[in-house]
Amino acid sequence: MNRWLHHPAFSAQVTVALLLLLLIAGGIRYPGFAAPQVMLNLLIDNAYLLVLAVGMSLVILSGGIDLSVGAVLALSTTVAAWLLQQAQWSAPAVMVVVLAGGALFGMLQGALIHFFRLQPFIVTLAGMFLARGLCYVISVDSITISEASFVEISQTQWSVPGGFVSPSAVIAVVVLGVGIWLAHRSPFGRAVYALGGNEQSALMMGLPVGRTKLLVYGFSGFCAALAGLLFGFYMLSGYGLHAQGAELDAIAAVVIGGTMLSGGYGYVAGALSGVLVLGVIQTLIAFDGTLSSWWTKIVIGALLFLFCVVQRLLSRPVSPTA
Amino acid sequence: MLLIVDAICLPGFWHLEIKDGHLYGPLIDILNRAAPLMLASLGMSLVIATRGIDVSVGAVVAIAATVAAMLVNAGQPMTVAYAAALGAALLCGAWNGVLVAGLKLQPIIATLILMVAGRGLAQLLADGQILTVYQPSFFVLGGGYWLGLPISLWVVAAVAVTTTTLLRKTALGLFVQAVGLNPVASRLAGLRTGTLIFGTYVFAATCAGLAGLMIASNIKSADANNAGLLLELDAILAVTLGGASLAGGKYHLAGSLVGALIIQTLTTTIYSLGVPPEINMVVKAMVVFLLCILQSSELQPMARRALQAIRPTKRPPPGGPR
Repeated sequence: MNRWLHHPAFSAQVTVALLLLLLIAGGIRYPGFAAPQVMLNLLIDNAYLLVLAVGMSLVILSGGIDLSVGAVLALSTTVAAWLLQQAQWSAPAVMVVVLAGGALFGMLQGALIHFFRLQPFIVTLAGMFLARGLCYVISVDSITISEASFVEISQTQWSVPGGFVSPSAVIAVVVLGVGIWLAHRSPFGRAVYALGGNEQSALMMGLPVGRTKLLVYGFSGFCAALAGLLFGFYMLSGYGLHAQGAELDAIAAVVIGGTMLSGGYGYVAGALSGVLVLGVIQTLIAFDGTLSSWWTKIVIGALLFLFCVVQRLLSRPVSPTA
Repeated sequence: MLLIVDAICLPGFWHLEIKDGHLYGPLIDILNRAAPLMLASLGMSLVIATRGIDVSVGAVVAIAATVAAMLVNAGQPMTVAYAAALGAALLCGAWNGVLVAGLKLQPIIATLILMVAGRGLAQLLADGQILTVYQPSFFVLGGGYWLGLPISLWVVAAVAVTTTTLLRKTALGLFVQAVGLNPVASRLAGLRTGTLIFGTYVFAATCAGLAGLMIASNIKSADANNAGLLLELDAILAVTLGGASLAGGKYHLAGSLVGALIIQTLTTTIYSLGVPPEINMVVKAMVVFLLCILQSSELQPMARRALQAIRPTKRPPPGGPR
């Protein structure tokens, strides 16, 4: 019993248990809450956040943090909308450019962090300013996307048992799968964990520290750009104010999912439970209808607090110096 | 390092000051507008000096502003309203302090909780409304003048002088630095690190609360949704620009003030030049990247290596000067 309580996976299990508890409570309290389509909508509405959280998971596992993802998401929607509407590019070309741009943006941040030994926090914070600023350089107003294939994707519904899913939700699940494979099955993933555990040791073991760092931030940038495309499908517009604060939601989701912010320990799959917890809280509040939007923030804050404390009190010490 | 910082800060400062002659707003206006940021930066300096970070500054601003506006509108005397607002800020700081020093959560995640929930709390208090204040005595702090200078500046000066004296004349400054440099060593040396860290968060939140009062008084209302939005990032930026290291152990209160002034001057300059205001985010990002790279300890060896790589191939042109 004690051993199980102190096992590092405990906080991840607590999350899943709490998620189930929330779902059951919602199902009892509100009629129609437990409908399969409501559950599928959780995935559809939060597809972009799941993609962000997968990228963020790897960054946090490597012991870093990426505050630029929300802004890169917004920049991607703006660039995509501008290229489609103003420059009349074809949809596939736009997607390739946006995804490559996001990956490049992330890798540049990784390069600054690695080569100049700068703090990830400050580099990605500046990256956030840069990306949000660039949105407004492109357009101060929201650009509506009316390009045919984007509209088509946004309206596609694939039926599954119990309801339907959007392509975005499927893409998000695929990204989650790729993330899990990368983190837990590939040499790259092992290097990420080693880096998060102890950078000095990783270096001495001959792991490619620099390359891993660049790739981690590149992957996060790519995920942010992909999330931007998904968000673009969802909103059918590009705007610099899209997804404000999404980086913090993504970090919260990763932490709630049981990944250590200090790096080196956690599961990418935890991103899914974290995102679902945030989504369920919002769905509960929407179903209730009497709670105001600010209660969402307070409840999310309280839950974040709960998880951090549970993690801190129940899990092993993060490091002897802490 | 201090020299480099001065070299970075002063030319920029002078450059912009000369430019001010061509601007519409006088220098005093910039100073007045920078006052809340300067206060927030003072608090943030100490937090960063202890290796921490406080991302809840904006939320505390919103809470303090809302509390003050509510009480003033409820007919309470000004002193009560101010005291209550500062008290609320103090509580926020104590909460952060307990999480960081007591529960030993990572500062960014501990303050993230208040950042998310705090704004929600402020909105809850204000019932989602923007509270407009009609009481003229409330406007004094943000818009009043004393001896020809804005009162807000006198407040900033008072806080800055008190803090500096306290840190210089007592061992407190040394202690703060010691905790930032090596928390374990300073604890072993008999410092009460927990209390010190707790104190810095309380101080930071109180500064933020004062900044919130100033902002509310200046715009004659409290907007729980937007007051102090992104102020924490600007404050972190100001402190970094001022030459403090995010890795802790180093701080320059005066540098932070200058950093805050640079940011405000940058913003005002861009506004006055008629450039879309959002572009200042891009400029800010560039300035941060540049400063971080210049401050980076990796730069000097890197530059030396680059020079050595160039030198053998570089031949003085025959007959040319040297």
